[in-house]
Amino acid sequence: MTYDIVFVVASVVAILAALMVVLSGNPFISSLALIGNLIALATFYILLQSDFLAAAQVIVYAGAVMIMFLFVTAYLGGRADEPTRQRPWWQTLAALVAAAGIAAEIVFGVARESFLHGAVVSEAFGSPQAIAGRFLGRYLLAFEGTSVLLLIAAVGGVVLATRRPAPRGADEPDPFEVEPPRRVQTLQSSVMQAETEFEIVRAGGGDGQDKA
Amino acid sequence: MHVGIEWFILVSAILFGIGLFGVFTRRSPLILLLSVEIMLNACNLALISFSRYLGQQSGQVFALVVMAVAASEVVVGLGLIVAVARRKGDLDVDRLTGLRG
Repeated sequence: MTYDIVFVVASVVAILAALMVVLSGNPFISSLALIGNLIALATFYILLQSDFLAAAQVIVYAGAVMIMFLFVTAYLGGRADEPTRQRPWWQTLAALVAAAGIAAEIVFGVARESFLHGAVVSEAFGSPQAIAGRFLGRYLLAFEGTSVLLLIAAVGGVVLATRRPAPRGADEPDPFEVEPPRRVQTLQSSVMQAETEFEIVRAGGGDGQDKA
Repeated sequence: MHVGIEWFILVSAILFGIGLFGVFTRRSPLILLLSVEIMLNACNLALISFSRYLGQQSGQVFALVVMAVAASEVVVGLGLIVAVARRKGDLDVDRLTGLRG
């Protein structure tokens, strides 16, 4: 009975947090909501006796990856906000139909099967020892590939983030039409009641800010 | 009597649909990346559910590899977003048409 209650609560939290990520339009709120979603998923993993994965989910995802997101959101300031331009209504409708279609396809596919009850597993299922035995035994190649992938990603991230932007030619037109710069109240300054507010100027004034 | 495996798959499908909707409708690349994260995690939930259902631990190994791939994707994606923001000043995936042939 406790199992069922925990499952229902975690499902509600996971789905509401995911909706908040998608619908809020503010990357700061979206990142925080995704942390809630990830922790709810870690609860599912514990219910499925995958303790090691639940710990890895909280440490790696909710910890490291989301902190990186929050840093980049803070670095970009108001420029990372969702553009306020209105989209055509049929675009939203088509996205809704496509997303609901894929979800419904999975649901109907699963509903046709009859899942009686899961396999009986021992206490050691999903323990770090069991996962490590798999990783360093049968899936050693995947393990090594993962380490190479992470190394490449780290080097790529450094290269992408440190390279100076290429100078734009004098006759090269600006790729965006220039809007009059306007001051944008940032969430961070309004929430924290900070005394010093950073001037965030959008659209057109973006090039001069990053020199520091 | 516990909730069966099909309920976990149901939640996984709903989360995948929400993430897909976000990828289709949002224009801020940061929120696009967050939506992709939702989809990857929905897949992880399905992998781990079936891993538990079948009593096979291989699914958990796959889920760990998916986590590593997601972390790499975030690093490269955020690096690209920062580079684009420095170059263009404005982030809107509909207006980043510099590579259009």
